[in-house]
Amino acid sequence: MAMQFYASPEQIMRDRSELARKGIARGRSAVVLSYAGGVLFVAENLSSALHKVGEIYDRIGFAAVGRYNEFENLRRAGVRMADLNGLSYDRRDVTGRALANAFAQTLGAIFTEQSKPFEVEICVAQVGATAAEDELYRLTYDGSVNDEPGRMAMGGQTEAIAGVLKSNHRPDMSLGDAVKVAVQALGSVGGEGGAARTIAADQLEVAILDRGRAGRTFRRVTGAALAALLDDSEAAAASAEASTEAADSTEAAERPDS
Amino acid sequence: MAAAFDPSGRLPDLFTNAGTSSFSAFLSQAAPELLPGRRPLPPGMATDLTPHATTIIAIAAAGGVVLAGDRRATMGNLIAQRDIEKVFPADAYSLVGMAGAAGIGIELIRLFRVELEHYEKIEGAMLSLDGKANRLAAMVRGNLGAAMQGLAVVPLFAGFDLAATDPAKAGRIFSFDVTGGPYEEVGYDAVGSGSLFAKSALKKRFRYGLSVDDAVRLAVEALYDAADDDTATGGPDLTRRIYPVVMSATAEGTHRLTEAETAAIAESVVAGRMENPGG
Repeated sequence: MAMQFYASPEQIMRDRSELARKGIARGRSAVVLSYAGGVLFVAENLSSALHKVGEIYDRIGFAAVGRYNEFENLRRAGVRMADLNGLSYDRRDVTGRALANAFAQTLGAIFTEQSKPFEVEICVAQVGATAAEDELYRLTYDGSVNDEPGRMAMGGQTEAIAGVLKSNHRPDMSLGDAVKVAVQALGSVGGEGGAARTIAADQLEVAILDRGRAGRTFRRVTGAALAALLDDSEAAAASAEASTEAADSTEAAERPDS
Repeated sequence: MAAAFDPSGRLPDLFTNAGTSSFSAFLSQAAPELLPGRRPLPPGMATDLTPHATTIIAIAAAGGVVLAGDRRATMGNLIAQRDIEKVFPADAYSLVGMAGAAGIGIELIRLFRVELEHYEKIEGAMLSLDGKANRLAAMVRGNLGAAMQGLAVVPLFAGFDLAATDPAKAGRIFSFDVTGGPYEEVGYDAVGSGSLFAKSALKKRFRYGLSVDDAVRLAVEALYDAADDDTATGGPDLTRRIYPVVMSATAEGTHRLTEAETAAIAESVVAGRMENPGG
């Protein structure tokens, strides 16, 4: 007869946490921070098709690290919930807090009920009228939710990354400076012998929630606009700002009323 | 939200399963009462229950398309609203307008806009222009029961086709009937009570390869002709400063002409008709 071993609830929870933490730490990290013009998402991502950063609603964005199928599942659920509430009430009635709550409940239920927790860490960000009104929510695998003060790092070795962010980030930064701080923070870990490393533009996924735009504010920063933002010299940074503004205006024209 | 009570508080499986990328397909399970076609109507004709929205015109131009609509809604012989808006951007590159039962039409367009945005967010890519037209056809078809009881809605859909190889043919127009569609139209089309007169005017004046500005002017002229002969279509209201809604979709995206721009065009059209009432 098979013997059923007793495992205490504490032990089960510890094991699940350890599994989730290990899974999350294996992947590449992501940072989210407020800057003068909005909220910036920067994730290290080798794929240009499987996104870690996505749009949820007009002023709400999503970033995640960990297992793609698990956080993609939550992102879809978030889009469905946001669109359903926006249609039933009004577009202004869709909030980041409500989404963070729904994700937290879902992650918490999966953590306690399923044999394997979701190996994901998620950020729900909502851009406000000023940097002080931006909301960043950190959601972890066990369903706990934290309101972060204008910047956050997710993934493995986050303490080191968050340390760099904390010492260099200011909420009134320009987009160019904010991207450089984010990339510097992500590159501060994982190099040979603990040294900093450079991350190429094609390994970064960058997106913003544009504070100044009406309607859908989410926009990806790719290609030449991103390369220009990452360029170190001052002149290049200035032209990058100009070119993102140009990119802004094309995209603004694409979706003026939607 | 029609989600069943779940003590854990997690999002229902309906939200999290891989399922469909279509918002209306999701709604049909999550909240079917929000779909216009899913509400049972009591028997009998319901024609007089809602205002009737009137004329919409679409004109294909070189490198884009123009969609314009008058501002009147009627109930029988009365004007129900003088400044109703019946032309909307469907998404970044397409436009939609509607004629028929105003309440259902506005709701249908609202749902259609969410449908396109939802697909774009879920899939990370925009639907093709034909895909958008097919979705709209399915949504119009869903309203057939109500249409047979007098609450018909007929949209007009126009957009800039990003996949078009010839930029001159990128502006495309799709019409529908209450049983669905879509029917692709060449050059121009109109729906609503004044459409007969608008199309007659366009038949004589439309030329292939019009600039977008010329197409805008032509649309306002055709709306004037519709209002001239159809009591349910409103002409430019110079005293109250209510002018047609005119939008364009080009490679740069959708654009709504400002009040000042439409005012200038409408005033010049009216001034022209002072000289020659037939245009």
